[in-house]
Amino acid sequence: MIEAIVFYVFSAVLVASAVMVIFARNPVHSVLFLILCFFNAAGLFVLMGAEFLAMILVVVYVGAVAVLFLFVVMMLDVDFAALRAGYAKYLPVGAAVGVILAAELVFVLAPWAFSPSVPEAIAVPIPDPGQIHNTRALGLVLYDQYVFVFQAAGLILLVAMIGAIVLTLREREGVKRQSIPRQIARTRAEGVETVAVKSRQGVDV
Amino acid sequence: MGNILLTGAIEIGKILLVIVPLLVSVAMLTYFERKVIGAIQLRKGPNVVGPFGLLQPFADALKLLTKETIVPTGANRVVFMMAPVLTLLLSLVAWAVIPFGYGMVLADINVGILYLFAISSLGVYGIIMAGWASNSKYAFLGALRSAAQMVSYEVSIGFVIITVLLCVGSLNLSDIVMAQRNVWFFIPLFPMFIIFFVSALAETNRSPFDLPEGESEIVAGYFVEYSSMSFAMFFLGEYAAMILMSGMTSILFLGGWLPPFDIAPFNWIPGLVWFALKTAACLFVFLWVRATMPRYRYDQLMRLGWKVFLPFSLLWVVLTAGVLMATGWIAR
Repeated sequence: MIEAIVFYVFSAVLVASAVMVIFARNPVHSVLFLILCFFNAAGLFVLMGAEFLAMILVVVYVGAVAVLFLFVVMMLDVDFAALRAGYAKYLPVGAAVGVILAAELVFVLAPWAFSPSVPEAIAVPIPDPGQIHNTRALGLVLYDQYVFVFQAAGLILLVAMIGAIVLTLREREGVKRQSIPRQIARTRAEGVETVAVKSRQGVDV
Repeated sequence: MGNILLTGAIEIGKILLVIVPLLVSVAMLTYFERKVIGAIQLRKGPNVVGPFGLLQPFADALKLLTKETIVPTGANRVVFMMAPVLTLLLSLVAWAVIPFGYGMVLADINVGILYLFAISSLGVYGIIMAGWASNSKYAFLGALRSAAQMVSYEVSIGFVIITVLLCVGSLNLSDIVMAQRNVWFFIPLFPMFIIFFVSALAETNRSPFDLPEGESEIVAGYFVEYSSMSFAMFFLGEYAAMILMSGMTSILFLGGWLPPFDIAPFNWIPGLVWFALKTAACLFVFLWVRATMPRYRYDQLMRLGWKVFLPFSLLWVVLTAGVLMATGWIAR
């Protein structure tokens, strides 16, 4: 009974905060509600016994992705009046798009059902949860069975990352940079020069 | 129904048994810090309130309690008040999985180390929220610095944890300690021990990486607008996080509750005492570093995180995995 109560609490908060992500006026509040959303999803994962997925959800989405979201959103100079100015103008278009999307979803989902042969169709049979711990089961599937696919996915992400860096990197002239090896390799002879200055003559530097 | 209530009461009792000593040790840590830094700087430190000044932290807490709580006019009230609560909360909930001795743990979950990693990666929210909600430029600058810093050092902490996990073969904290019966991990993984400790300094915003609160440049950083109890909660949270990081260091590298040698005079002492001693030793190094090192410059901090620690720890993960595979010692 307690599990059912906890499930409904998590789900209710999840749905409510998901709604608030859209309806919050302040974008920073939206991001904070999104984080609350992730947390409740993690709670639901724990209830289902998938504690590894729950922790990874918190580490990756809440600990890293949402921090960057918050970072960007906070830096934006949001003018709330300007945001609401076009509200009435865009409302019909937005509503039309929403209705069409909802209708499409209904058309697709209404006749959709699980095939009775799904358990056999899954290439990797689900290991018995009593025998094998779910972190281990995930590891076996990801790193043993599908290791090459996994590596390929990693390579694709690497290419995307390098692409982003190449696109945004620009070399500027005249920027002074610190070079740690050069700094350490400097000797006293290079840096200090003793000059005997004659009176009333000065030095040429 | 009565059964459920009884179990609930016992669990709450256990939680209090962890939280109350923890809060007392946070108070004592502030005293310890002032005494240690006093000794390093040839001063006496607090010595007036109570015997040897031992009651000083409680006097400070009382003083903060009686101060006025000020919320700045332009502040976002809800987020402003939530930030210190969140900071303290996060540094307390992490203790749920810390094993203090054999079987002495509130929740012996299978993914304990991931839970700790997740909780410590959330610590940045309290700071960002405080900086943004204060609506003050110094607070905001401190929060931005902190966000960049914590995200950078988390990556190398992650790699250090992966190295330890490769040697253990389990994410459970009790298993990690038991795997160190023969040799504590700081001997075979010495470079990772150093990286973990330095990253822990950065993760808890301690000197020499205390740029988010660098008082000489940005007043006091993210908590400049806070006063009274909300300020005290940030303070408590920061010190509890320090104790947590020291506890993590002793679990991952110093053998947790295990005695240094499993022979007569050492194994008479209970594991809890060993764990406390190891954690206290790590905390002493935290304070020692604070009194010794000057603050890093911001670009140097970023360079250390991304260009030194990250490649080195990645290399070490590959090396450890390679050695374990080649020798067949890998845990299955």
